[in-house]
Amino acid sequence: MAPIQPPQAERDFGGYAGFEGDGGDAFPRSRKVVRYGVPVAIAGVAAATIGLGTALASTGGSPSLPNITAEQLLDKIATSKVQTVSGSVQVTTDLGLPDGLLNGAVGGATGGGGPFGQHGGKGGGGSTADPQAKLTELISGTHTLRVAADGPDRQRVSIVDNTAEYTVVHNGDQMWAYDSASNSVYHQTADKGAQRGHRTHRDEQLPATPQEAVRQALKNVGPTTSVTVDGTARVAGQQAYKLLVKPKQADSTIDSIRVAVDAANGVPLRFTLTPKGGGAAAVDIGYTKVNFGKPAASTFDFSVPRGAKVTEGKDNGEDRGAQDHGGLSGLNVIGKDWNSIAELKSEGGQLPSGKGGQSESVQGLLGSFGHRVKGSFGTGTVINTRLVNVLITDKGAVFAGAVNQNALVKAANSAAN
Amino acid sequence: MSLAEPLVRNPSPLWSLGLLRSELGTVFRRWRTLVLLGVLATVPVLVGIAVKAQTHGDQGGHGPAFIAEVTNNGLFLVFTALAVTLPFFLPMAIGVIAGDAIAGEASAGTLRYLLVAPAGRTRLLLAKYASVMVFCLVATLVVAASALLVGAVLFPLGDVTLISGVTVPFSDGLLRAAAIAGVVAVSLIGIAALGLFISTLTDSGIAAMATTVGVLITVQIMDGVPQLHAVQPLLFSHYWLSFADLLRAPVMWDGLAKDLGLQALYTAVFGSAAWARFTTRDITA
Repeated sequence: MAPIQPPQAERDFGGYAGFEGDGGDAFPRSRKVVRYGVPVAIAGVAAATIGLGTALASTGGSPSLPNITAEQLLDKIATSKVQTVSGSVQVTTDLGLPDGLLNGAVGGATGGGGPFGQHGGKGGGGSTADPQAKLTELISGTHTLRVAADGPDRQRVSIVDNTAEYTVVHNGDQMWAYDSASNSVYHQTADKGAQRGHRTHRDEQLPATPQEAVRQALKNVGPTTSVTVDGTARVAGQQAYKLLVKPKQADSTIDSIRVAVDAANGVPLRFTLTPKGGGAAAVDIGYTKVNFGKPAASTFDFSVPRGAKVTEGKDNGEDRGAQDHGGLSGLNVIGKDWNSIAELKSEGGQLPSGKGGQSESVQGLLGSFGHRVKGSFGTGTVINTRLVNVLITDKGAVFAGAVNQNALVKAANSAAN
Repeated sequence: MSLAEPLVRNPSPLWSLGLLRSELGTVFRRWRTLVLLGVLATVPVLVGIAVKAQTHGDQGGHGPAFIAEVTNNGLFLVFTALAVTLPFFLPMAIGVIAGDAIAGEASAGTLRYLLVAPAGRTRLLLAKYASVMVFCLVATLVVAASALLVGAVLFPLGDVTLISGVTVPFSDGLLRAAAIAGVVAVSLIGIAALGLFISTLTDSGIAAMATTVGVLITVQIMDGVPQLHAVQPLLFSHYWLSFADLLRAPVMWDGLAKDLGLQALYTAVFGSAAWARFTTRDITA
């Protein structure tokens, strides 16, 4: 077959464009360069757009708002009347916990210690839809939540997973939780008194929304805290003041807490906690989308899906409290404000654990994650995380708090005397 | 030549359709293609039988996505089957077809004859890409249809519980299933463009297929390594499973938009790279 040599004007239309025959390059190099420039240009424009987008999103522009004092801003938060909210929340936690600890074996040891301590033990009859077990997942990594609230009695929170979702709906005295990955439902009914108990219980949990986080953090505001207004920011499209909270007590592991407060209605939109060790924030909870309109009433309806396995939960908070601190007698708080240290004594000089059988594995974990310390109290093991440090003495007492190791040893010494 | 030029430059649109039709014929008349589709159709059957056989076992939220709901509603077998085939089976099939598109013709020695026809290289490339995209859709629909059939035979159908815990009518669920199949098919056009580009680089069909599938596996591994989280949002497979967001109430669009945007980007970059390469290379086979 004779080579088909298209004329210049028709080179697009193919054929046999060989080098041979015309004694030169059938396709000029410059044209080639131009054509290859197209994909390169597209990739370049895309990269620039993405880069510009992230740059804009991170600075976000600082809206110019009238000056405000820290007191006025705190007052704004306290008197905020917003009862309805819906939106998406991104929760990023990097507490520096050793991976093995996250599996819950030592949950009992850290339970109740420090402002963000988790409650250990997977109570509630082992249902995968149990909120206790599920919310513990928030303690590490990045999670997207969808929240809706209409007053204190009606809330809905969904933890958005890759191909699954975990939803908690609270409506009056009904609390439903649905886990789509296992198609199971957890249900809890509370009478009025128990409901209050449940609420208190929730206070001590890892906060899931900026509002909750701020409420917990500002409990400590007093003479030991410096609170200043640190400029403005744009969060989830809202104009916000930035509140900077710094502990004055040197032993605290917390460097600073930043709170973005909606300038219009005083709702905290973002909460960032930076530890003294530097690096990324240990806790970063913020709205990525927010809407203060009233969510549709149907948002808070729940009907049990067909075929779902329903687990009935225990219906009051006291019962759960006893479960959480099983085996422990006496929770004692040493120190004040940011230097608070929780002291827990376990019965019979045993290391605390949810179930007796776990004790050995707990000890094994302690050996691998902690390091030994000595003091006038005797010897013990300290487990360091970015935020909370825990001292477990060989006699079985536990000291935990968002304070440095020296403060823990000091507390243990004074407790021993 | 000046007389011939307009004829060559403006073939009627019908002519283009004819080219696409002949390309589709080339793709779908192959035994290889039919075997690929057959394998894809068996996946839902296997998953369905496995779930049916183990109905009374533990379903503690482990296993492929949505599998816990399959026993209650056969429609969920569609979602499970797509979630199971999307990471490797489907894109591998696409890689085979796309990688073979140009290089296969070249290694069979038929590319030069194709180019003798006054279609033009750009037009031929577009027809090739269009036929690969049609294959993306057909492959996805084969998986979905097979899953729906198996699901209807083995399990009850009825109102659909979305993963947000909200129950919607079956018709709504079916509509969402169709939308999901569409999203999955579109999710594959990124790797289709990549495969087509690789296909223009070589004269060996096998090499192009192997390279495309190799790239797919590499990308999937990279997407699973936490240390590479900085580049992961740019991998074509990163947002594939966001099709599940269509099963939420209300639907979450962020992930879907990112997935489709990424596919468009890959199509633009590698499609134009394929064009640059194919229209400037020497066709010697």
